[in-house]
Amino acid sequence: MTVHRFTSKPYMVVIALATLVLLLPLVLPSAFYLRIAALVFINALAVIGLNLLMGFAGQVSLGHAGFFGIGAYAVTLGPAYLGLPVWASLIGGAVFSALLAFIVGQPILKLRGYYLAVATLGLGLLISMVFTNEADITGGPNGMEVPRLVVFGWRAYGSQTWYWISGVSLVIGAWIAVNLITSPTGRAFRAIHDSETAARVLGIDVPRYKLLVFVMSAVYAAIAGSYFSLFDGFVTPDTTGFIRSIEFVVMAVLGGLGSILGSITGAAILVILPQVLTVFHEYEHIMLGLIMIVFMIFLPGGIVPSLAQRFRRRTA
Amino acid sequence: MNALLTIENLGIAFGGLKALEGINLNVARGDIFAIIGPNGAGKTTLFNLVSGLYPPKSGRITLDGEDVTGLPPHQLARRGLSRTFQNLQIFFRMSVVENVMVGRHLHENRNVFAHLFGLPSVGRQNRTTHESALELLSIVGLADAAERPAGALSYGALKRLEVARALATEPKILLLDEPAAGCNPVETEEIDAVIKKIAARGVTVVLVEHDMRLVMKISNRIHVLDQGRTLAEGNADAVRSNPAVVAAYLGVKGKTELGLAVR
Ligand SMILES: Nc1ncnc2c1ncn2[C@@H]1O[C@H](COP(=O)(O)OP(=O)(O)OP(=O)(O)O)[C@@H](O)[C@H]1O
Ligand SMILES: [Mg+2]
Repeated sequence: MTVHRFTSKPYMVVIALATLVLLLPLVLPSAFYLRIAALVFINALAVIGLNLLMGFAGQVSLGHAGFFGIGAYAVTLGPAYLGLPVWASLIGGAVFSALLAFIVGQPILKLRGYYLAVATLGLGLLISMVFTNEADITGGPNGMEVPRLVVFGWRAYGSQTWYWISGVSLVIGAWIAVNLITSPTGRAFRAIHDSETAARVLGIDVPRYKLLVFVMSAVYAAIAGSYFSLFDGFVTPDTTGFIRSIEFVVMAVLGGLGSILGSITGAAILVILPQVLTVFHEYEHIMLGLIMIVFMIFLPGGIVPSLAQRFRRRTA
Repeated sequence: MNALLTIENLGIAFGGLKALEGINLNVARGDIFAIIGPNGAGKTTLFNLVSGLYPPKSGRITLDGEDVTGLPPHQLARRGLSRTFQNLQIFFRMSVVENVMVGRHLHENRNVFAHLFGLPSVGRQNRTTHESALELLSIVGLADAAERPAGALSYGALKRLEVARALATEPKILLLDEPAAGCNPVETEEIDAVIKKIAARGVTVVLVEHDMRLVMKISNRIHVLDQGRTLAEGNADAVRSNPAVVAAYLGVKGKTELGLAVR
């Protein structure tokens, strides 16, 4: 029973997700829905990374759209200026994000709470500013066309293709996240969240583990960002902006911090809801805001953890 | 002299307050060494310095022959020093057994790549860690609570959980900050037994405790602090009959605390 805890239960989420990705195309009526699903998957990938940082290690970031943006621009700048293939640029974007997170993370992860929030916010704004202001290279606010991803001579485009690319990537991303949180490294992250003092005294090199989770979450965001712009075929500085950083945080919190399933749920709600709410025309944003408030009041631990807790109480 | 922990001329100040000044002490291998003193004497501060949470303003700390002054806590843990906290530092989002499992960190394979890809070695590692954590929980009498959320435990049980968690690092020397505080007489007896078990495993124990009966009974050396300075050091009898110690306690808490100890 206790042994199973390390093997089966958390992996149920991955298996359920894989099944969902496999079966969803059978019920989705058109390419439009596949497109929405792909957007959910791409956002969820970034949010899972952010959740590792925020939900497990307890370190906030209000600048993750910066890393998302680096990924998004890497796949257009790499081919355009360095003559790199798109796939290599995607990897390059992830590596660059990791390096940036590694360098910037050392000083800013010493900060806590609000101070870390403001520092990461600054980092996100700074990255976004670079993409906006370096108009000669990035096209500035007008944005840039993004080339197609080509793998072994096969050109990836269209909703269906991106559904599968993003869906499979999300399953892999979730699997890696679950591996991590059920490992000694994951226990170190969670220990830091609850008591840094106790973690240090027990031999955990806290700065090192904070840096590790920050770098990992930056890589998740960068890969998601690359997918996002490759899927869209166009990239603008909005992709990297402050609003998107906030959206990621809202997805993570609304779905439930510390829950992988929560990250996916949060992403799904925040991508799908605005589509549904368009029927309310000018009241769309008011409705969205209201729904978010209601969710947080009635499911304060985030959707998935709160519902799970209620379910357990009822069955217990 | 076979001192495991040596403290020389240790001092720290918070603003104008000299919380500790000119502290010298030697803890021998195998000791159960008690540090006592009235509230605010600087006992916890001494632990915070020795465990690396605060950098000392002056002085030197030597652990097992190595100068460890100013080393961060995780480096000290590697060298065999662990501690518990007066104000609990529990991982409240974890189960009881997971709290102890974190304490195994230094003895686990910490290869992040194996962790990322969930290699079979990680599962084996988790099981080994889980088993040793359960063993430690049974030493402190919490084996039955292993799978409960840490937050469901009573205060006294959480104190013992911290002891098990600190033991998980396999320390040479363990600092216990008021392990019996908030415990009922039965739980205090249990703590007493736990400390003896720990000492029997060859772990040197440094104990801060207000329960004088416990202190006098189990420690073989007692160091008395008052307002950041050393008041006395010796065995139970010497400390009990020291007029300065009696005066310090009379000044603060009246006869009761020391009176208990005399019995
Ligand atoms: N981080 C800190 N900042 C400022 N003052 C501190 C700090 N830590 C301790 N002090 C002060 O140092 C003095 C000694 O405190 P300490 O907690 O070490 O006492 P103690 O002997 O453990 O007392 P108690 O028996 O109440 O636990 C107190 O006056 C306390 O207010
Ligand atoms: Mg104290």
